[in-house]
Amino acid sequence: MLVTLDPSHDADDPSSADPTGTLDVDDWVSKYDAAGVRLMGNQVRMAEDATSVTRRRGELLVTDGPYAESREWIVGFDVLQCADLDEAIRVASEHPMAASGRLELRPFVED
Amino acid sequence: MSKTDDPSEALAQALADQRLRIVASLIRTTHDWDLAEDAVADAAERALLTWPRDGVPRNPAAWLTTTAQRRALDVIRRAGTERTKLAELGAQQQLDGQLDELGDREREETGVLIDDRLRLVFTACHPALPMDARVALTLKVVAGLSTAEVARMFLVEEATMSQRLLRAKRKIAHAAIPYRVPEASDLPERLDAVLAVIYLVFTQGYAGAAAPQLAEETIRLGRLVVDLMPDEDEPRGLLALMLAQHARRDARLVDGKLVTLEDQDRSRWDRQSIEEALSLTMLVGRVPGPYRLQAELALTHLRAADAAETDWRRIERLYDRLYALQPTPVVGLNRAVAIGMAQSPARGLMALDQLADHPALRGLHLLPAVRADLLARAGRTTEAVEQLDRALELAPTEQEREQLARRRTHLSSDSSAD
Repeated sequence: MLVTLDPSHDADDPSSADPTGTLDVDDWVSKYDAAGVRLMGNQVRMAEDATSVTRRRGELLVTDGPYAESREWIVGFDVLQCADLDEAIRVASEHPMAASGRLELRPFVED
Repeated sequence: MSKTDDPSEALAQALADQRLRIVASLIRTTHDWDLAEDAVADAAERALLTWPRDGVPRNPAAWLTTTAQRRALDVIRRAGTERTKLAELGAQQQLDGQLDELGDREREETGVLIDDRLRLVFTACHPALPMDARVALTLKVVAGLSTAEVARMFLVEEATMSQRLLRAKRKIAHAAIPYRVPEASDLPERLDAVLAVIYLVFTQGYAGAAAPQLAEETIRLGRLVVDLMPDEDEPRGLLALMLAQHARRDARLVDGKLVTLEDQDRSRWDRQSIEEALSLTMLVGRVPGPYRLQAELALTHLRAADAAETDWRRIERLYDRLYALQPTPVVGLNRAVAIGMAQSPARGLMALDQLADHPALRGLHLLPAVRADLLARAGRTTEAVEQLDRALELAPTEQEREQLARRRTHLSSDSSAD
């Protein structure tokens, strides 16, 4: 399951408030961890901490942030454990989708 | 290093010699960019208080280093969290070994000594940071300019610049951008990224209002990278290129007007910079990279006694090699000019035709401006004037429009004289 922000949603606008009250993510996590439904998950840092990795015609391209130009389709995810960003870039650059798609590296909020 | 007893002079000199080393090694030991910069600022403040009273220490640079390190250690101790315990240990070890001459270096796994300043340069220019952040970090932390100075150079508010710096430092921490000189396999690309930042700042200096200061700061940065990576040729090429361009600063802009290379007063060129640039390109024995080739191009122009003496055959050969490495439309345009000069205007126009449909040139004044020159040289004046009119419509700055207008006037009067 992918968690995304909705840029059109205004949290400060009272008319958009959820009539059942604000939900707590910790409650949701413990409920579905206990039920054996949720296997793993974590909060990732915002877009400005992201790094994009692509490989075109054998050339590695590392850029800041996600590409925001066009609609993108998420087709999968991998959780990596790396010593630092350079290692994550190396691992991502070897993924077949680096050559045809794009890999976006997002650090977790907590290790 | 000459010695001075004047406290503020001694401090300025010690800072010029040591600031970057101290900041770079404190970032490695504390992992905290702000702390590293603050510790040096605090040490400098202390020096201003104590040196006038107690006299300038025998070794001002060593005093500054020790004081900054102690200061950083104090801050870490006071913070006292688990996370900083490790940093404290590192800083303590560093403090213990600080005065031996390798105080700012660390032995890599390979046994090679790496200068912390090089780590700092590579980290500040990491491709995962946005370009404006790389530029800001390099000027602030590596060159040591104040946030206000960097903001002024890029015509933004100081608050905007400090936000940009803050975000960059945050990304380094959050995304775990390593404080390291890249591995050999990544080095060519990463070195290119460092040189690109330096050259961008340099050219920005010529485009913007802060020209002389920014250009001189970047030449200093260029020298630093040459010193830190003596085995690499491209940093020398970049330094030579910047020196060659900077040598023409007084002849290039006269009374606020741009003067083309052809019409520049060559006696106003800075001979010392030219000599230095020449000596940097003297070292041979490898395949020249793009910066080296561009430096040699600039120097070929600078060596000619006047515009008519220019060795266009050599320039054409250099552009052929550069175009093979960097087949960009701008290099292609310059190559067409060189072919036009070395062979014939008709050949130049043929080379230009191959670029005409390039999407990157659409809407730019460069293509019609170059075409106008070649047409004029071929004696096709009416067509040349038409092309100049197109270039005039597209030119982005007042200076460029003025220059094109002058050429147009010149050309029309020539044709009426025929």
